[in-house]
Amino acid sequence: MKASLTLNKVSNFLGLGLFRTLKDLFANKLEKEDFKNFLRKTIVPLASILLFLGLWNIGAKALYNTEADFKIEKALQNQGQAAADALQVCIASGESSCQPNTLPSPSQVWGSFQSLLRDHNIINADKAAFAEKTAALNKTRIAEGKNAIVYTGRPSFVDQIFRSLKTVFAGFLLALFITVFAGFLLALFIAVPLGIFIGLSPTLKSAFNWFIQIFKPVSPVVWYLLVFMIVKTVLIGSADDSSFTISFISVGLCSMWATLVNTAMGVSTVDKDYINVAKVLKLGAFQKIFKVVLPSSLPLIFTGLKITLSVAWMVLIAIELLAQSPGLGLFVWEEFQNGANDSNAKIIVAMFVIGIIGFLLDRLMLMIQNWVSFDKTDAI
Amino acid sequence: MAYLELNNICKTYGQGDNESQVLSNINLTIEEGEFVAIVGFTGSGKTTLVNLINGLLEPTSGEVLFKGNPVSGTSHERGVIFQNYSLLPWLTVEQNVLMAVKEAFPKREKAIWKRKAAYYIEMVNLTPATNKLPKELSGGMRQRVAVARALAMKPDMIIMDEPLGALDALTRGNLQDQILNIWGKDKRTALLITNDVDEGIYMADRIIPLRPGPNATLGPEFKIDLERPRDKTELNDNASFKKTRNAIIEYLMDIGDERKSEAKEQFILPDLAPKDFVNQFR
Repeated sequence: MKASLTLNKVSNFLGLGLFRTLKDLFANKLEKEDFKNFLRKTIVPLASILLFLGLWNIGAKALYNTEADFKIEKALQNQGQAAADALQVCIASGESSCQPNTLPSPSQVWGSFQSLLRDHNIINADKAAFAEKTAALNKTRIAEGKNAIVYTGRPSFVDQIFRSLKTVFAGFLLALFITVFAGFLLALFIAVPLGIFIGLSPTLKSAFNWFIQIFKPVSPVVWYLLVFMIVKTVLIGSADDSSFTISFISVGLCSMWATLVNTAMGVSTVDKDYINVAKVLKLGAFQKIFKVVLPSSLPLIFTGLKITLSVAWMVLIAIELLAQSPGLGLFVWEEFQNGANDSNAKIIVAMFVIGIIGFLLDRLMLMIQNWVSFDKTDAI
Repeated sequence: MAYLELNNICKTYGQGDNESQVLSNINLTIEEGEFVAIVGFTGSGKTTLVNLINGLLEPTSGEVLFKGNPVSGTSHERGVIFQNYSLLPWLTVEQNVLMAVKEAFPKREKAIWKRKAAYYIEMVNLTPATNKLPKELSGGMRQRVAVARALAMKPDMIIMDEPLGALDALTRGNLQDQILNIWGKDKRTALLITNDVDEGIYMADRIIPLRPGPNATLGPEFKIDLERPRDKTELNDNASFKKTRNAIIEYLMDIGDERKSEAKEQFILPDLAPKDFVNQFR
C-alpha cells in the first residue's frame, strides 16, 4: 500500500499519468470508462513515438541512399568504372571506412548510445586501474609536499553529462543569488512604510530598468566573451581550470533575466489589500516581507525560475562549446569536428540526452513550486 | 470628550488638473460605546473615509482625533474589517488570526497566543475550520475569519467597511446578529459603513448618510431609538422604524435626484439615421 502510494506520488510529480494507468491495468482495477483514458494516455503516446521513429528511419534511409548514389557517381566521374564498382561493393558490405556521411537511423543512434556506455565503463575501469597504480606513488608525493598525480585521460560521455549539470546548476545558483539579492532589496523597499512604497519603488525601477532592458537580449556568445575578458584577468596565474568558471558565470548571466524581471514584477504588484492588512496589523518590515510580500509573489517568482532553468540548460551547450569546458556542448562540437563514422549518431544521442534532462529539470522545478507555493492551481 | 472626532476633513486625490476632491468638510463625533452607521451610495467615498479613520490615509486638511490624540498611521486600537475580507490566502484560518493576536499580545505572552487565537475563532463559530485555507471556505466563513482577526487585536474601536456587502441575504442576517452579539458583550465603539439602510437601522444607534462624492459630505444624522436587542421581524411593524427608514431613504433619493439634475452638460446626438436596410439590397 505504502509503496503504491509513493509510486502514485512520484508519477504524479513527474506528470506521467501513464505509470498509474499501467499499474491499474496490471492490478485489474481498470474500469471500462477508464479504458478510454488508458488509450489516450498510453497507446496514443506510444503510437506517436513509433510513428516518429518510423518517419525518422525512412528519412534517414532516403538521405543515405542519395548520399551513397552521389558518392558513387562522383567516383565514376573522377576515378572510372572500377573505382565506382569497388565503392559500391564497399558501401553495401557496411565497411565503416566508406559509409556516406548523413543522418543516422534510429538503430545506429541506439548502437552509439550503447557504445558510449561501454566506453564509459572502459574509462571507469581505466581510471580505477590508474588510481591503483598511482596510489603508492601519490602517497609518497603528498608526503613530500608535491601535488598528487591525477588522471588526465579524456572524460567519458557520462562524465560530460554530469559536468554539464554541474555547470548549469552553478550558473542557476548564480542567477538565483543575484535575483534573490535584487528581489529582497525591492521587497524591503516595499515593506517599509507607505511613502517609500509609492516614492522609492518607481525610483528603483527607473534606476534599473534600462539595465535590464539593454542586457536582457544580449546573446550568450557575447556574454561568454565578456566573462572571458574579466575572468581570465582575475584568475591570472592561477592553476585552476578557468573554463568551468567562465562557463557557469556566462550561463548565469544569460539566464537570470527571466527570474529578475518576474521577481521584480511579483514583488511590486502585491495586492494592495494585503499591504493594507499588513499595515493595520502593524507588522514589522521583515514580517511583512516573509509573511506577505514574498508569499504573494512566489507564483510569479517560480514562473521566472522555471524559465531561467530552461534557458540555462539551452545556452549551456553554446557556452561549453565556446569555453572548451568539457560537457555536453563540447562533446557535440568535438564529435562534429571528429567526423568518425558514428559521430553523427553520437550527436543525436547527445541531442536526446539534452532534451530528456531539460524535461526532467522542468519537472523538478514544478515539484519544488508545488511544494512551496500556496496557489497550487497556478502551477502548470 | 468625544471618542473619535473628525474635524473639517477634506481629502483630494491627484494634483493640478487631475485633482479631484473626494471628501470635503466631514465633521463627525462618536462617543464611547456608540454604534454608528454611515450609509451612502457606492462610489461616494466611503472607503476613503474608513481609511482616513483607521490611519491608512492621511487627510489633505482637517484632523482625525482618536481619544483626543491625532491619528497618524494605523494602530491596533482601531480594528478594521475590510470589504473584501483581505485574508492572506497562503495562511490557514488559525495563522491569519494568529497574526493579529501576536500584535495585540506582547512576545512574553507567547504561550497564550494559540489559546487566544482559538478563543476568537470559537467566538465566530469556526473552530472546525481552524486549519483550513481561506479558499476552502465560503464567503460568509471568510468574513467571519476577518471579524475574528479584527477582534483578536483587542481594538478599542471597530471599523467595518461594508463587511457584509458581498454576502447573500441569509448569511448577512446571521452575521449581523453575530456582530451585534459580540459588540453587545463589551460595548466597544463601532463604526459601520454600509449601503443598506435596513442593516444600518437594525444595527446602529445613529445613522448618518454620506452625500455622494465628489465633494462628499455627511448629511443630517438620524437617531435610532429602538431598544436592544432588536428583533428583525418585529421591526417591520414598528412605527418608529418605518418612519426613520422612510425618512432616510427619502433623503437619499432626494440626493440622487439632486445629483442627476446637477449633470447639466447636455450631449447632442449626431444627426444620423440608419440606412434603409431593406432598400439597400433591392
